[in-house]
Amino acid sequence: MTTKSRKLSLKQRGLTYFETQMWLFTRLSALAMYALILFGLIAALVMGARNQMDFADVMRWAFMPNVTHIQSTNVPDVAPWSSVFWKLTAIALLFVATAHGVHGLVVIADDYIASAGGRKIARLLSIVMMVSMIAAGAVVIWTS
Amino acid sequence: MGLKRDVSLSVGLRYKGPSGYLTYILHRIGGLGMAIFISVHILSAFLGGKTGVYLNGIYENWAFQIFIFFCVLFHAINGLRITILDLFPKLLEHQTEAIWLEWAEFIPLFGVAAYVISSAGLGA
Repeated sequence: MTTKSRKLSLKQRGLTYFETQMWLFTRLSALAMYALILFGLIAALVMGARNQMDFADVMRWAFMPNVTHIQSTNVPDVAPWSSVFWKLTAIALLFVATAHGVHGLVVIADDYIASAGGRKIARLLSIVMMVSMIAAGAVVIWTS
Repeated sequence: MGLKRDVSLSVGLRYKGPSGYLTYILHRIGGLGMAIFISVHILSAFLGGKTGVYLNGIYENWAFQIFIFFCVLFHAINGLRITILDLFPKLLEHQTEAIWLEWAEFIPLFGVAAYVISSAGLGA
């Protein structure tokens, strides 16, 4: 163990393999979600969360900044929070979270499915699920 | 290659590792809980109608909110530990302390949130 990992090539570090890339993606997307959720939390405080929203509403907005999540609060004007900017932020969070989550489901499935054919089916289903969830979610966010 | 494992489903489910097993299995339960909740939530919002209204009733129940908040908060805090320790592998030496630190964050945060959600649910 005398070789420093930084001196190894990407291939020697395994980063040419899809699974290793997804391993790294899972960790980096977790950090990206932290950033996006913190951003949503700050926005909730800007719109007056301390007096006009209850705890569950703040959480709903932070975890998915979609305007329907704050329609039942006392925030006087929610229109500025349904701008294209916030829709794109919500879609970015949806995209990152779905990719992270669906890959997580594949990892769990791989632990319990022993046959190679079964794993192929699980992978195909995961791709179908990821595409359809992102499409349906993006339509809901864009039209809300 | 690497795809063959001589472990049946029942043996796999009974697996119990030597260390950090509780965080491992709770991370999995939390992730699965969120994946199911978010999928159903997206579908109900997309389809709308009677199904959507029925499913919204479940989400708005305070007991369900406590469950999903447990999933989200534990997955987030445990995920941050995994991310930090994996991206800075030198810290893996302090794995046990990191897990204690994680519980020291999770228990008060979740306790306060569960108290707020349940008192709002029972009081209103």
